[in-house]
Amino acid sequence: MIEISGLTKTFGEGQSAFTALDDVSVTIRSNEFFTLLGPSGCGKTTLLRTIAGFLDPTRGSLTLDGEDLLSKPPYQRPVNTVFQSYALFPHMTVAENIAFGLQMLNRRKAEITATVAEMLELVQMTALADRKTSQISGGQQQRVALARALAPRPKVLLLDEPLSALDFKLRKEMQLELKRLQHETGITFVFVTHDQEEALTMSDRIAVMNAGTIRQIGGPRDIYDHPAERFVADFIGDTNFLQAKILSTDGAQARVRLVSGGEIAAQTAADAPVLDDGASVTLAVRPEHAELCAPEGALLSGRLRDVVYFGTDTHYHVALDQNETFTLRRQNQPGQTQVWQTGDHVGLNIAPGIPQILKD
Amino acid sequence: MSKGFDVRRQPGFSTIAIACFVLLYLPILLLVVYSFNAGSSIAIWEGFSWRWYVSAWENEQVKDATIRSLVLACSASAVATFAAVLAALATTRSKPWRGQTVVFAMVNQPLMVPEIVTAVSLLIVFAAVKQVTGYTGLGFLILAHAAFCIPFAYMPIRARLQGMDLSLEQAGADLYGTPLRVFRYITLPQLWPGILAGSMLAFVISLDDVVITEFVKSAGQDTLPTYMLGQLRRVVTPEINAISTALLAISVVMVTGFFFVNKARK
Amino acid sequence: MSETAPSAPSASPGRRARSERRNRWLLLTPAMVILSLAASGPLLVVLIYSVLTPGDYGGVEWRFSLDSWFAVVVERDFFTEELTLADAHLMVFWRSLKLSLCTALLCLIVGFPTAYFIATRPARRRDMWMLLIMIPFWTNLLIRTFAIMELIRNQGTVNTLLVASGLIDEPIQMLYTEFSVLVGMTYVYLPLMILPIYASMERLNFDLVEAGYDLYANRFQVLRRVIFPLVKPGVVAGSILVFVPCLGAYVTPRVLGGGKQLMLGNLIELQFGQLRNWPLGAALSLTLLAVVMVALIFYVRAIGQEGERDV
Repeated sequence: MIEISGLTKTFGEGQSAFTALDDVSVTIRSNEFFTLLGPSGCGKTTLLRTIAGFLDPTRGSLTLDGEDLLSKPPYQRPVNTVFQSYALFPHMTVAENIAFGLQMLNRRKAEITATVAEMLELVQMTALADRKTSQISGGQQQRVALARALAPRPKVLLLDEPLSALDFKLRKEMQLELKRLQHETGITFVFVTHDQEEALTMSDRIAVMNAGTIRQIGGPRDIYDHPAERFVADFIGDTNFLQAKILSTDGAQARVRLVSGGEIAAQTAADAPVLDDGASVTLAVRPEHAELCAPEGALLSGRLRDVVYFGTDTHYHVALDQNETFTLRRQNQPGQTQVWQTGDHVGLNIAPGIPQILKD
Repeated sequence: MSKGFDVRRQPGFSTIAIACFVLLYLPILLLVVYSFNAGSSIAIWEGFSWRWYVSAWENEQVKDATIRSLVLACSASAVATFAAVLAALATTRSKPWRGQTVVFAMVNQPLMVPEIVTAVSLLIVFAAVKQVTGYTGLGFLILAHAAFCIPFAYMPIRARLQGMDLSLEQAGADLYGTPLRVFRYITLPQLWPGILAGSMLAFVISLDDVVITEFVKSAGQDTLPTYMLGQLRRVVTPEINAISTALLAISVVMVTGFFFVNKARK
Repeated sequence: MSETAPSAPSASPGRRARSERRNRWLLLTPAMVILSLAASGPLLVVLIYSVLTPGDYGGVEWRFSLDSWFAVVVERDFFTEELTLADAHLMVFWRSLKLSLCTALLCLIVGFPTAYFIATRPARRRDMWMLLIMIPFWTNLLIRTFAIMELIRNQGTVNTLLVASGLIDEPIQMLYTEFSVLVGMTYVYLPLMILPIYASMERLNFDLVEAGYDLYANRFQVLRRVIFPLVKPGVVAGSILVFVPCLGAYVTPRVLGGGKQLMLGNLIELQFGQLRNWPLGAALSLTLLAVVMVALIFYVRAIGQEGERDV
């Protein structure tokens, strides 16, 4: 279990000072696949490098299973990294790369040989064990980098956007592969990415970061269905934002009135402050969480501006009567006929309890 | 909090590096300092004075050697630069051609063959020529210096040529420039920094040469370095320091100039 | 034939190639003439001289003889005609080899950390540090040797300071020893070591260094197992670049060895000076050249390795 509390990292001083991490506190559980997700410059890599030991925080504490990590140099931390560039040693073979960490830990020869064989097997690279790292493909290098970092059996494996250099198909394959490896080895994975889809596919839990702070932590479903604030809702997936007023609250549920006059039950964020009746709020509604219908009696209505066909699904862009726009997504079915045409006056319905009230 | 773990740090390396820089400059610095010594020792400081510069200036042998060194360096570097420019034009920006290995080997020979070997080979040949023709003038030295200066002049000129935009010359030719005019108005102006750098390097190399000069020179043809080499056998006075300092100053100015000319083109 | 066909001046590719070839050799003429007269040609003459008979007062007699080549390593007793190893020559060979290797090693010990230091400075400062390395290199070798001589002679700075401080009563004899030649050569050829190592270091990917630390290697292990193997081509190149001029050094052993610590270069000079055995001098020169060429082949291979691998 990694416990991070009050971690702050400032680069530079005075006018040009830049805060990369701003009072970050998070607990990463043992054996979980934990993802740090955010745009570039949000501090996720800084946090990762702090855990690895290549950066010292300005303030805060960092422990692994109750043991202080900050006082240790990188080579004494039971933590290994899969680098974005892989950083495989070009003067060594695949097997020598994998053996390196074990040799540095002064493991016995027999044990090293056995572990290397096991790791090669694990990443399906046994046949290429004696190749130089420059003689194998990018995907294979990725596997070697993984095997090298896993071989010393670290308590935590840090992965710094390891899939970003791979092409689309290979990336999909490796996502499943990583998930499998994490499951088989039972090692805690801390995974850094800016790709929300990647994060949703693989993680047990995701921490969404922005401007040096963690905005929301939760399971993929949680983060997607119940974004706590505008940044999270916007960064992960597509979202429609609607203005509304609180009518009444009841625990995590609230009744709101939309600008159109329609009323609907909405969900409040888990740790949101209590909302007063009459307060203005923003609702987030995912494009696939609404349905098109006839305008009469619908929650919202507007003019269908664009219908965009995407193969698996179709996007409908609706200009709402209240000067807002709403995008709606529907999965395509075989033999389905196009009911709505561009220019039609359409209605929109959302199931009660689906809209999410954002904190900001 | 600590400064953090610096992956670039290696214990003791910075100390060695700083020591290296100090040791690199300390002997030269001492040499310069003692050239201003009022006493005639090169180890005990007795106050500041210009006397050794004055005495070097008034020394006929030194004056003679200085003029010879400068004439030699100027003519040798001029000849070498001229030959190097033409050679660079001939060997750059073309497909592999027959004989290029031989040409490159010849151009680089002075860099690869130990100086002492070149020196004795020139001694053998020039001694024979001197005997046959009776000519013992400065021509031999100029020829010898020009030869070993060629690769030094050639390198920066070739580098400059390689970095040049071919389309400019093509544009020149397209606008009815004859090859000679294209060279004069387009290639040469761009090549200029390379030529300057190359000739400066050649000048310094010629000015500093000891071994080849020592073997090629006829009687009474001392240059500054060979004069100094002869003097080192006797009791050394700060006069040698004064001469050295003057030579050093020329070299440092030239090398620094070369560095900035070279840098400006990037 | 094409000379008489003015209708299509640039139509024939064969003609254009021929004129390009002619221009090329025309442009090369000045350089080739100078180099043939004062570099390549004389070297061939040395080859010829090495198989001739020495003249009585220097020079040669035009009689073929391989004696000089034998004389490089063996000696013929004047009276008994007995052949023995030429101890004097072997001593000089051994000293040249030993001092050159030691110089290369010493340069490596000082140069490696220095190159590392420069390569880890901020990018825009590195050029300035390298300039500081290169300035002494481009200044007169004799002057630098002389500067070292002033430092270590009996009345020199070091001894004066030591005596004045009371550490020693009498000056230590450092000048005219192998030690002084070693120090001098290290001093004058150090930049040749730093230059290629720096070139390798500058391209060093520090992600690999981080990976080393991440995989439990400490500072020394990272240096030995990661950094050193990656910059090895530069180290090899630098060692050869120092070794080669040391082997043929003439000025430094003459000034700092004072005629007592002869190296190959001085031995060659002796044959053309006092000993008047030009063919032997020629044979010795070519022996030196052969060793240097072998070293340079290794150098080219080290440089090639560097290019192949992206460090």
